[in-house]
Amino acid sequence: MKNTSLFYRTLLVVGLTIVAVLCVLPTVIQPLPSWLGFLKSARVSLGLDLQGGTHLVLSVDIDQAVVNSLEVSADEMRRELRKAGIKAPKIDRVDQTTLAVTIPSDQRDKLVETVGQSFPNLKLDAAETVEGNLVQRLTLLPEEVRRIKQSALDQSLETIRNRIDQFGVTEPLIQRQGDRDIVIQLPGIQDPERAKELIGRTAVLSFKLVRDGSAEAYAKGTQPLPAGTQVLYELSKGPTGERRKGQPLLVESNTLMTGDVVSDARVRPGDLPNSRTVSLDLNARGAHLFEEITAANVNRRLAIILDDTVYSAPVIKERIPGGRAVISGSFTSDEARDLSIVLRTGALPAPVSIAEERTVGPSLGEDSIRQGIHSFVVGGVLVIVFMLFYYRFAGLLADLALIWNVLFLVATLALFQATLTLPGIAGIVLTLGMAVDANVLINERIREELRLGKSARAAIDAGYERALPSILDSNTTTFLSGLILFQFGTGPVKGFAVTLCIGIASSLFTAVVGTRLIWDYMLSRRHIQTLSI
Amino acid sequence: MMQFIPPNTNFDFVGIRKPLILVSSALNVLSLLLLIFWGPKLGIDFAGGSLVQVRFDEPLQADSIRAALTGVEAGQLDIQDLGAGGKEFLIRVPLSAENAEGVNKHLTAALAEKFGKDKVEVLRVEAVGPRVGQDLRQKAVLAVVFATLMMAVYISLRFEWRFGVGAAVALVHDVLIAVGALLLFGYEFDLTVVPALLTVVGYSVHDTVIVSDRIRENRRKDRRSSLAQIINQSINETLSRSILTSGTAVLVVLALFVLGGPVLHGFAFALLVGFTVGTYSSIFIASPVVLYFERKTTSAAAERRPGRTASASPARRS
Repeated sequence: MKNTSLFYRTLLVVGLTIVAVLCVLPTVIQPLPSWLGFLKSARVSLGLDLQGGTHLVLSVDIDQAVVNSLEVSADEMRRELRKAGIKAPKIDRVDQTTLAVTIPSDQRDKLVETVGQSFPNLKLDAAETVEGNLVQRLTLLPEEVRRIKQSALDQSLETIRNRIDQFGVTEPLIQRQGDRDIVIQLPGIQDPERAKELIGRTAVLSFKLVRDGSAEAYAKGTQPLPAGTQVLYELSKGPTGERRKGQPLLVESNTLMTGDVVSDARVRPGDLPNSRTVSLDLNARGAHLFEEITAANVNRRLAIILDDTVYSAPVIKERIPGGRAVISGSFTSDEARDLSIVLRTGALPAPVSIAEERTVGPSLGEDSIRQGIHSFVVGGVLVIVFMLFYYRFAGLLADLALIWNVLFLVATLALFQATLTLPGIAGIVLTLGMAVDANVLINERIREELRLGKSARAAIDAGYERALPSILDSNTTTFLSGLILFQFGTGPVKGFAVTLCIGIASSLFTAVVGTRLIWDYMLSRRHIQTLSI
Repeated sequence: MMQFIPPNTNFDFVGIRKPLILVSSALNVLSLLLLIFWGPKLGIDFAGGSLVQVRFDEPLQADSIRAALTGVEAGQLDIQDLGAGGKEFLIRVPLSAENAEGVNKHLTAALAEKFGKDKVEVLRVEAVGPRVGQDLRQKAVLAVVFATLMMAVYISLRFEWRFGVGAAVALVHDVLIAVGALLLFGYEFDLTVVPALLTVVGYSVHDTVIVSDRIRENRRKDRRSSLAQIINQSINETLSRSILTSGTAVLVVLALFVLGGPVLHGFAFALLVGFTVGTYSSIFIASPVVLYFERKTTSAAAERRPGRTASASPARRS
């Protein structure tokens, strides 16, 4: 080796080492001194399995969103057809994307015109004549179905993000996964049940009129329901605060007003000591609507319904102008706050369900960190001691390379702001055992060359050169399986793939370039005839 | 100088291949039978369902926990003592017809009521729905199959196709035995088993590559010896490094197995078995497969030679 090459290689190794140390500092030293402020973002953060927290995968029922949208179109169609002069159009939903419109056969032109003008989202499909009537099928366009699904997911994401922001979690992660899932990570959350309830609430708020009198008979089914009514239950609380079904109420099915007119919702103290109400501020349209409703129904009860549960059903004493309504009920302060959040952030466009939940308590996370560190230290010491005994000075070099490798590995993780998980720690521990492989291959080869009678310098040259193809090939295979794991893996498992791959890549550098550099220094300084290997 | 294998070792590895192939095949068939008839104990990651890991202030019996949970409608409970002095337990609930999300809440509430809210700490809660479980299952199988194919392709590209087949056979052998051992010792197949098996795939080939590399090198140097002789010589020359590289890996995996905690137990166990078997198979399985195909193709070529013109054969060989 020429001395210039030695110089440049030294520069490279020393330079990279300095960069690596700088990258690791923000993770190790806290708080960071101000002169290192530019490195602020380069930090390894702990995964939920180590710091504790909740990982949720919510599945958005995007098919239901399509159905909802089709039903809205059906309502509009009914109105538009009446406007166009078709007397009694009958509209049924056949399946997720198809409507069947039944009209007198001679009025087909009007239907075609209405659809063409007002319903660009529908296309005319098969038609048949049944008993003198035309049954025309209308199908949602495929791109329209795609758009509805897409926007249902987007809106759900937005709504959920708003709710979590107001719930007050530090550094939550909310992102989509695939075409119907939303991944939510809430680090260090104390009460996952409450968070889940808040996030998953569909929160359809509606105002409906109550029919007076007992609804017991209707609820039990002993008396048939009058047309246009339904039975809903009041919210009540058991002795330990759990939700229970309260009194049944007979309410009119027709929704007078919905939650979309709510412009703000706040928790206010109630009339009784320690009680709370949630006040609603309505927008201009809502205020107008509310005034009309209250004016027309003085002395009747107006049920305020959230997700099919009657929260309160106050009697309308007088016409209420100004657009303010109040929901009273026996809320705890958390419940009242969550309800106000849900009302403020609006309803979810489609029902969501929890497809996956993983919650780790803080003490298990601490256990895992401790166990991870233990295995790391013990595994590392075992390998270091073994190499030292087996290869003596060459073993010392390999050990040095190993420590170097861990430094580079952590530095790379910090640079990419990677998240360290328990499998990730396992990957680092495993790297300890694999990183020395390259040095084993090199040292064995050097021993072989020495046995052939080569000089120290020639044996080292040949050892490094001849071992290299084996080292590259054998590390490539493990690296490849790490890549595949990264592609197919989810969550914490990805962390394993990341640390394994980085560890292998950096071990190539430290074990091959790093140790060679030290040999070259020694050989250039003095005349060495025997090697400690 | 410290060394486990003396430099002039000359053991006849090729000579004893037949009984060992028999043993390996038997182990593989056994693993397959276990897999088919016993079946893997799928964790909730793959089967769906929920689990709750709890820690009590005082040691308890699994039965008293079961008794405390009888009122909770949760179907078939599986309660496992995690061996922390009878204080830590894992309660598993298989996927039921209802949505899985409610079960854990009832379980933890019932435990808090029975044993006192301050006496029991919920360490971990997991729930996996049926769609996610199926999805993860598919991905896991795909990943292992895909990785195996990749290895075979990579080795075939870097060496001859015979070495690729040899490496692939050895690696299927290793993964099957690792799976069999997991089954036999009752380990649950959860998400952590997938990276373990993939690492076995990668590392199994790692060892095979070292031997194959040496075979290639020796063949270039020595054109006269038979392939069997060269394989034998190469295995003997690389024996020391095969054992050492696997040895250091097994050392750290042992540390993980003993100290890594219950979450990583199955993971470390699969690696332990896979690495050990991987070293064995790269010595005793991969090379005989190469030899087998070599003999088969040369004897086939010898039979064909009289009837064929010399110009036709090179085109076919490529």
